[in-house]
Amino acid sequence: MIAFLIKRLMHAILVMFVISVLAFAIQDNLGDPIQQMVGQSVPESEREEIRERFGLNDPFLVQYARFAKNAVQGDFGYSYFYREPALEVIARHLPATLELVFAATLIIVLLSVPIGVYSAIKPRSPISRLFMGISIIGISIPVFLTAIVLIQIFAIGVTVTLFPESTGWGAWLNDFFSTEGNMPSFGRGYDLVNVVGNWDTNLATWNGLQHLVLPAVSLASIMLPLFIRLIRAEMMEVLQSEYVKYARAKGISMRRVYFVHALKNTMLPVITVGGVQIGTMVAYTILTETVFQWPGMGLMFLDAINRADIPLIVTYLMIVGVIFVVTNTIVDLIYGMVNPTVKLTGKPA
Amino acid sequence: MMTLKKTLLASVIGAVVAGTTLLPMTASAETLRIGYSADPETLDIHEQLSGGVLRFSHMAFDPLVRWTKDFEFEPRLATEWEQVDETTMRMTLREGVTFHSGNEFTAKDVVWTIERLKESPDYRAIFEPVASAEAVDDYTVEIVTTEPYPLLLNLATYIFPMDSEFYSGETEGGNDKGEIVKAGNSFASRNVSGTGPFMVTDRRQGVRVDFERFEDYWDTESEGNVSNIVLTPIAENASRVAALLSGGVDFIDAVPPNDLDRVREADGVNLVEVDGTRIIGFQMNEDRVEAFQDARVRQAVDLAINQEGIADRLMRGFATPAGQISPKGYSGHNPDLTPRYDIERAKELMAEAGYADGFSVEMIAPNNRYVNDAQIAQAVANMLAQINIDVDLRTMPLAQYWPEYDTRQSDMAMIGWHADTEDTANFFQYLTFCFDEETGAGQYNYGGYCNEEIDALVTEADSETDLEKRNEMLREAEAMLYEDVGYITLHWQNLAYAAAEGVEIEPVVNALDFPYLGDLVINRSDD
Repeated sequence: MIAFLIKRLMHAILVMFVISVLAFAIQDNLGDPIQQMVGQSVPESEREEIRERFGLNDPFLVQYARFAKNAVQGDFGYSYFYREPALEVIARHLPATLELVFAATLIIVLLSVPIGVYSAIKPRSPISRLFMGISIIGISIPVFLTAIVLIQIFAIGVTVTLFPESTGWGAWLNDFFSTEGNMPSFGRGYDLVNVVGNWDTNLATWNGLQHLVLPAVSLASIMLPLFIRLIRAEMMEVLQSEYVKYARAKGISMRRVYFVHALKNTMLPVITVGGVQIGTMVAYTILTETVFQWPGMGLMFLDAINRADIPLIVTYLMIVGVIFVVTNTIVDLIYGMVNPTVKLTGKPA
Repeated sequence: MMTLKKTLLASVIGAVVAGTTLLPMTASAETLRIGYSADPETLDIHEQLSGGVLRFSHMAFDPLVRWTKDFEFEPRLATEWEQVDETTMRMTLREGVTFHSGNEFTAKDVVWTIERLKESPDYRAIFEPVASAEAVDDYTVEIVTTEPYPLLLNLATYIFPMDSEFYSGETEGGNDKGEIVKAGNSFASRNVSGTGPFMVTDRRQGVRVDFERFEDYWDTESEGNVSNIVLTPIAENASRVAALLSGGVDFIDAVPPNDLDRVREADGVNLVEVDGTRIIGFQMNEDRVEAFQDARVRQAVDLAINQEGIADRLMRGFATPAGQISPKGYSGHNPDLTPRYDIERAKELMAEAGYADGFSVEMIAPNNRYVNDAQIAQAVANMLAQINIDVDLRTMPLAQYWPEYDTRQSDMAMIGWHADTEDTANFFQYLTFCFDEETGAGQYNYGGYCNEEIDALVTEADSETDLEKRNEMLREAEAMLYEDVGYITLHWQNLAYAAAEGVEIEPVVNALDFPYLGDLVINRSDD
C-alpha cells in the first residue's frame, strides 16, 4: 500500500514535470502578455522595458530553469493579471469548481443508478425506452447549447403562444409550456457562507443552491447519459450470470438480488470510468463556467489564455495533471476495496 | 508560510466584511447591479490605460474636466481655466472637495498626480507635451507645456487627482505607497482614495467589485441616486445578455449585434445605442507588396469595398460607414468625405496601374477584438476578389494577433483605433505617419505608407492653438489622406448598452464608453 502510494507520488511529479516543460515550450504561441498589460498607444521602448523586467527576453532554458528552481520551493510564479502568486489564485478559484463538480456528480449518481438499474431489469418497458431515447439526445447535445437552452427556459422564461389561446385546452397548453424564468443565470450569488479560509460555499443557503442548479445540471448533462447506458449494459450482463440465477433459485428476494448481489458487481467498471470522468469533468467546467460566469478554475483558465497569463496557465495545467493522478489513485484504492482480488502493486500483498 | 497565513487571515476578514456590507445593499432600492464585459485590471488608475480602468476612474475619482455627449468640456474638479501665455494654462480648482480618506483636495494633489502620470509607462507618452505643473495657491494650478499645445484640456480629462497624502509614505513592507508597479502587488493597486462618487468596499478580481456611494461627495447637485454598485464582469456575450434579460443584473455594456433585436423587443429592458468613435479599417503593406505603393491601386481597393453594405448587413446597422478616420464630433472631421464604392472605376484604376489581372495578397485579422472582426475581414476578402485581388485570410485571437501584427509579415492587416486624446491628429500620428523608430511616429503604421506632406500639416496643426484654424488644417489633412488612401476606412463601431426599465442610462452614457454612473438616476416603479 505504502509502496503503491509512493509510486503514484512519483507519477504525479513526473506528470507535473512533463506538463511544465510542454507548457513552457508552447508559451511563445500563447501570445504576448505585455500586449495585454499596456494600452495600445504605449511605445515599443516601454514594452521592451517591461518585457525585460519579467525576464521574457531570456532564452527558453534560462526561463525554465528559473521557473523550475522556484517551483521546487512551492513558488509557481506570479499571475500577471491577478498580481498574486499563481497557486493562491488557483486555490481561491478551486472551491467554486469543486462544488460545481460535486453537485453535478451528485445529480449523476442519484439519477443514473436508479434509471440504469430500472432499464436493465425492464428493458422493454416504454419508460426504459423513453430514458434511452433521451440519453441518446443528451449525449449528442454540446454542453454549451444545453446551458443556453436552460438559461432561456429557466432564467429568462419563455412565453408559448403556439396553441389557440381562445380555446380552453389551448390556453392550458400555452400556460403549461410557458415558463416564468427567475432562476439565476450567472455567478455564485451574493449569499455565500464562508466555511474556512478561501472556501465560500453555495451549499448552505437557499439562494446559493439556486445559483448552483443550472450550472450543475448542464455539467451533469454530459456525463449522465453515459452513466445510464453504462450501468444498464453492465447490469444486463450481470443479470445473465450464473450466481444471479443461483441466487434467484435459492429464493432470495428479487430486491436483494438486484440491489445487493448484482449492483455491487455492476459498479466495478462504473467506478473505473467514473474516476476518469470526474477528472474529465474538471476540464468540462471550462465551458459550463464560461456560460454561467461561474467564478471557478475553468473560467479563470479561459481568461488566462485570453490574457496570455503564462504563469497561471502553466500552474493550472500542472494542477489539473495532479488532479488526474489523484483521482486515478483514489479509483484504484476503491477498486481494491470493492474487489479484494485486485492487487494494487501487482505483487502478492 | 507567513504570507500564506496572512492571506488566509485577510481573506477570512475580507469575507466577514463583505458579509456585513451585504445586508444594507439588499435592503436599498437604489442598488445597481452591473454586468460589464470586463472589470478594472487594477485599482491603480495609472498602472494601465484600458477601458476597464478608465471606467473605474470615473467611478472612484473625478477628472479635472470631462467630455459631454457632444464633445464639449464640462468642469469637474477644475472650475475655470485660461491660457496665460502660449505655453501656460491656469486652472482654478473646486473648493470644499474631500477625498474618500477625509483629506481635503487641493492644488498639491493635482501637481502630484500630473507628476505621477509622467512616470506611468502607459501615460508617459500622452503627457509628453506637459513640461511641469505648479501649485500657485491651494486652489490654483498652472500647467506648462514644452511648446504651444492645443490639446491640454483633452489631456485634463485624463487627470483624475489622487489623494497625494494617502498615497505617500511607505507600506509595512517598506515599499513606496505611490509607486506604479506593472502587474505587481503595489499599494496603489489595492487601495483607493479618490474624490469620486463611489468608494470601493470589496473587490475580488475577475469576480466582482462592490461600491458604496461616498457620503461626502462634493457634487450635491447631481441627481444621481445610486447608493450601491455591484459590478460583475461577464465576458461571454450571450451570458451577459441573459443576465440582463433574467433580471440578474440591471445594466450591461457591449450588447452584441446579433442580440440587438432581441434586447430591443424584450419587455422591461431598454436598449441605448451610441455612435462610437473607434475606426475600423485595413492597412496595406507597401514594403511587401509593390502594387500597394501605387496610389491608384490603393484607391481601387478602397473603391472595391462596400462600406455601406458591411455596416448595413454584416453589422446590422450597428456601425456608421466611414470615408475618413475621425468621427463626427471630433475637431477635424470633414463632412465632405463619404465612403466610396464603385467596382467599375476600381477595375479601371487597376488596369491603369497595370494590374488588370490582379495579384495575390495575405491578410490577417483578429477574431475576438472588434465586433464581427473575422466576418468583416472575410467580406472584404470577397469584395477584393472582384478586382482580381486574391486574398488569403488568416484570423486569430487577440493574444496572438498583436505579436503577429508587430512582425509586419503580412500584406494587409485589420486594425481599429480609438484616439486617446479624442482628437483627429492622434489617428494620423499612430496609423499613417511615416514610421520612425526613434520618435515613435507611425507606431501602428503597418505598411510603410508615408506621405510627408500630410505629416507636416498634422504636425503643424498640433502646435496651432487657434482651434478653428487647427480644425481647418486637420480637415485638409483628412481630404489629402482620402485622395491618397493611406488607410482603408470601414466604419466606426457603435456602442450599445442595455438596462432594466427605470434605470435611466440614456443621459449618462457617451461615445467615450465611460458611463458617468455618479449621475445615474434609478426610478423603479413600485413593485
